[in-house]
Parts: sequence; structure tokens; C-alpha cells
Amino acid sequence: MKKTIALLLVLLMVLVQGLPVLAEPVTITYAHFSGSGAQEETLKKMIEVFEEKNPDIKVDLQITGFQDYFIKLATTVGGGNAPDVFEMNMENYLSYMLRDACADLTGLVNTENYSAGTLEAVSSDGKLYAVPMSFSTCILIYNKALFDEAGIAYPNDEWTWADIQTAAEAIKALGDDIWGVFQPITYNEFYKSVKGNGGSLLNEDYTAFTANSPENIAVLEAMLKRVRGENHVQPTAEEMAGRGDWDMFTEGKLGMIITGIWAFPTFTEKCDFDWDIVVEPGYDKKSTFFFANVNCVSPSSEKKEAAAKFADAMGSDPDIVQLRLDASWELPTIADQSKLTQYLEVTPPANRSAVFDSMDYAAAPPALKEAGAASEIINDVLSTLEMNDVSAEEALNDIQSQLDDADLL
Amino acid sequence: MYIPNSNEKRKAITIFLLPSIIGVIGFCLLPILASAVFSLMDYDLLMPMNTMKFVGLENYTRILNGKELPAVIKHTFTYLVLYLPMILLTSVGEALILNKSFKGRGVFKTICYTPVITSWVAAAVVWQWVLNGKYGLLNQMLSMIGITGPAWLNSKQWAMPGIVIAAIWKDTGYYALMVLAALKSIDKTCYEAAEIDGASGFKKLTAITLPLISPTLFLLIVINIIYGLQVFDSVLIMTNGGPGGATTVFLERIYKYAFKQYKMGIASAYSWILFALILIFTAIQFKLQRKWVNYDV
Repeated sequence: MKKTIALLLVLLMVLVQGLPVLAEPVTITYAHFSGSGAQEETLKKMIEVFEEKNPDIKVDLQITGFQDYFIKLATTVGGGNAPDVFEMNMENYLSYMLRDACADLTGLVNTENYSAGTLEAVSSDGKLYAVPMSFSTCILIYNKALFDEAGIAYPNDEWTWADIQTAAEAIKALGDDIWGVFQPITYNEFYKSVKGNGGSLLNEDYTAFTANSPENIAVLEAMLKRVRGENHVQPTAEEMAGRGDWDMFTEGKLGMIITGIWAFPTFTEKCDFDWDIVVEPGYDKKSTFFFANVNCVSPSSEKKEAAAKFADAMGSDPDIVQLRLDASWELPTIADQSKLTQYLEVTPPANRSAVFDSMDYAAAPPALKEAGAASEIINDVLSTLEMNDVSAEEALNDIQSQLDDADLL
Repeated sequence: MYIPNSNEKRKAITIFLLPSIIGVIGFCLLPILASAVFSLMDYDLLMPMNTMKFVGLENYTRILNGKELPAVIKHTFTYLVLYLPMILLTSVGEALILNKSFKGRGVFKTICYTPVITSWVAAAVVWQWVLNGKYGLLNQMLSMIGITGPAWLNSKQWAMPGIVIAAIWKDTGYYALMVLAALKSIDKTCYEAAEIDGASGFKKLTAITLPLISPTLFLLIVINIIYGLQVFDSVLIMTNGGPGGATTVFLERIYKYAFKQYKMGIASAYSWILFALILIFTAIQFKLQRKWVNYDV
């Protein structure tokens, strides 16, 4: 009798403890930026798919536009109200991870579903700090009509920046407001380009900046040559006069442009001329961007397991991946490359495989806790160069001394 | 100050005041005190509070010894030097027009006041278009009289004047209203007496109108210097501190340090440096006002 009562009591305890779990699903908050605007419906469908498959987890979606997202997120993290799961781009992921603002997800995610390169990008010391979700890159897009008019051959994957300069000069000769090429002179373009010339912003063990190395100076000289002098081939901000680089390309005023693959839908819709893409040129060798959006879990989250499960599904659940592919919303970071063939079938551009070829040359941004401050110092100097005649060497010496003074390492 | 003797009344007053006192303490006084403490700390917004480190005056010395502060002060003062005389001129001018009775005065008043109630975000976006170097309205108008306008917001020299033009457009209506109120309070007999003495219109303006509205003009100068040192929304939206850092100003720096670089310590120290600057300026003005402000009437 006593045994039966004891057994019943144990059963009752299990039931009482188990009941609330059965009755009330866990709600996790998810902060997100890349779906704001055009892909909001796709994102909501993805979350519906996840909730259907996981009835015990509800997702409270908080979408913010890219402009305000990181400020809002920093404020919530600083105020101790971080969302359970939050989307990050690569640069910000690094500065959060290095501040211990991303939870260790090792063992909570099925890593075999993700491509090795993307996993490496979100791991540090063998621990996983984020779940990859999507990626994109930049390529060289060119206006075939302007190349035909100038009577020169189309770019190919073998081209270096020297070839681009020659072609750009031929295209510039076509008219006053026709320009050869456009590559912004910014921190991002700079750190990427110098890697293609054997240079870098920091030494290998991240103990010193190497902004004014000869390799870096040579790259900046080439960039400045495009915007300076009487026959410069790239429009300056004054010459663009408020027109965006995309506007100038779709209006047929730019021969070549270095920009992201997310330009494809707009260019397809707006360009009334033929255009195609190639892997972007390098100097000594090629170097391209690797832009990835990943999902992180807050270290202060009390629902870490549900949060990790959701982040994992957003990156690799087959139905969610399919929704992403159907919407042409960047590219999924999955290991199974065969699923990506669907992406290659859409034209223009005809040479879509250049997008995947670009991945072979991907250069990650410097993994620097103070990357934001470093990029501001560098951008401040770089953005003035098309307006003055400071030499590349002087500018990089200035950047180097400012970086040294700023105590960022 | 009126303090009632009965306890009942005092209690009632306290209860009525409580909501706003809590608001002021919670959202103004405490954050101000906190920022004073943070300015002595190495405090990273993204890191847990317990990793905060006391660094003494290091944040202040870093700002005061850096190359950035002189540039920020220069830009802020360029803004003030351009803005202050212009806003005084336009607001007094507009008020003098509004003080006359003419047909369509109500419509004119509405047009003048509309920019004031427009949000800076919307206004700045429109002004970015007006100031566009190639297609902008302003340069189109200048080209009609044979002037080739600059690239305004894309040019290092002209970006700040561009912001000032937008700010004048936006603020004139508000200050004109303050000047108008002062004009209305001038006793008409002063003008009648002057007319009998044969004073010209210009003489009446310089000898009667301006001295009698000098307390209002003083107020305008004081608040515009305080607001001018804190110029922010227009700069952030129209140039974001660019091109090439040519329009970096105090609040823009504070905002960027705090929310882009997560350096709360530096941002707090910057705020206190700005506070000191505003305090000094206001004190100087109160000293100087005895020489020209007329409180006699």
C-alpha cells in the first residue's frame, strides 16, 4: 500500500512539473534586420514553418531596418534586455563575439549541415558562437553596351586592376558624363583590396597596425588614380552630385561597378542594356568580400536551448532554406551545394557561377574588437582624398598614426 | 515661493507634483549623475556592467589632448558664426513684416511657421534634394542669375553653410514669433513722439524698436548659442558628420562614441566638456548683456 502511494505521489509530481511545459510554449524574442522591407513576408513564412514544426516554441519577431538595427540592439544589450536570438552581419558579429556578447553554442547546433568555410567564420578557439544563415558577396558588373561602343573586349576572370584601368579609360572617352568604373574608396573596399596585393591592415598576431605598408600604398595609389587628374575614370562625389552608384549604372553611365549580388533584382528590372558579371579583379591576386548574416544567442538568455534550436532551423531547415532560395534572398550557408543549382538558372547575369567562384577568394574583415573605431578613422581620411591632393603615402601615414594613437589593440 | 501652512494642502501639492518629480529624477537627474560617474570609467556598452573599470580622468585627458576636439570646436563655431547673425536678421525681419497689417498676412504667417512644426527628419531629406549639386533647386535658381553653385553637402567648405541654410529656413518662424510678441508690447506713444520730432523710419527702428526688444534679442542669442552648441539632427541626417569629417560636431561625436563605438566613458566625458563650454558661454553673455540690453520699459 505504502509503495503504491509513493508511486502515485511520484507520478503526480512528474505530471505537475511536466504540465506547464506541455501547456505553455516557450516564447523567444528574435531581432532581425535583413528581412526588413522586401523580404518581410518570406521571413514571416520561415517563422511559421519553424513554429509548425516546433509547437513548444513561439517566436516573437522584432524587425528593424539596417540603419537603426545595431543602435537599437546595442541599447537593449547595454540595458540588459537583449533579445534571445539576434541577427548579425559579419563585422558586427566579430565585435560582439570579442566582447563576450554571443553565447557559446557548441553542441547545441547540428554543424554537419553547414559549409565548412562559414562554420569557421563563426568559430573561435574551437567554440561555436553563432549559426550561419545566409551569405552574399561582391562581384564586378559590367555594361556590355558601353564595352561594345568602345570596341573593347569584355572583362574576364583573369583581369587585374591594370586591365580594368585600361578598359575604363576607353569607356571614359565615350562622353563627359560616361565613366569607366566605380569602386567606393572606403574602409571595406580598402581592407579587401590590399589583401589582393599581399598587404593587410594589421600584422598577423594583431599586435600592430600596418596601414602604411608599401603594398597598401600601391593599392591606394591605384584607387586614387581613378578619381584624380584630368582624365580620371571614376566619378567623384561632386561629379555624382547625389546620384547613387546604382542609379548611374542603370542609367548606362558606368562601364563597370563593384557591388553586391543583391543588386541583381534591381539591375534586371531597370537596365535596358545587356550586362554581365565576373569575379572582381585583384592586384597581385584576387580578393573578394564574404558577407554573411548569422544568428547569435544572447549569453543572458534563459531559453538558450530553444533559441539555439531556432537559430539552427533558420540556417539549415530544408523547408526554410527552400523559402530563401525561392525568394532569391541572398544564399543559404548549407553544406549541400546541390540545392544551389536553382540559383544559377536565373538570368541575367548569364555568368552567375562567378558568384560561387568569388567564394574561393573571400577575405574576412579584421577580427578587431574596436573595428568600428578603426573603420571610422580610416573612412574619415579616405573620404577626403578625392577632394584634395594628399598622396596615398601621406594619407596612410596619417591613418597609421591615428590608429596608433587611438589605442585600439 | 508659496508654501501653504496647512499639512493637508502640502500633502495635496506633493501628490500633484510627484509624477513630474519622479520623471525629472528618473529621466534627467539620475542619468546626469550616472554620466558623471561613467565619464571616469572605462565602460563598454556591450560588456556586462561589472567589467566597468575606474580610469580617473583618462577619458577627459584623451579628448582634450586629441586632434579631434579642436576640429569639433571649429565646426561647431563655424555653425554658430554663420547661424547666429542670420537667424537674428531673418527673425527680426520676418517679425517686422508680420507686425504690419496687410492682405494675406494670415497666410504669410502660416507659411512662415510651417517649417517649425515640420520634423527635422523630413526637412533634412527635402533639403538634401534642394542642396543637390547637380539637380538641386538652389543651384538651379543660382544658375538663373549666372552663379554656378557648389556641391553643398558633398563639399568640405560648403557642407556646413548648407546645413545652416536649412536650419535658418526651419527656425526663423519660431524666433520671429518671439520677436513679434516683443514688438507688440512696445508702447505706440514712443513712435508718435518720435514722429513729432521728425524721426525717419530707419531712425525709429534703431533708436526705439531695437533697444526696446533688446531683452528678447538677448534671450534669442543666449538660447541660440546653447542650442547651436548642441546642433545634431540636421547634421546627422544631412551629412552624418561628413564629407571627410568636415561637419563633426559635439552631439554627433557623443552619439557615435556611445552607440557606434560603444565607448560610454568617452561619450560621457564629451558631454561634460560640452556642458562646461555652454556654462562658460552663458556666463560671458550674462556679463556682457549689461552693456547693451535695456530692461527699462
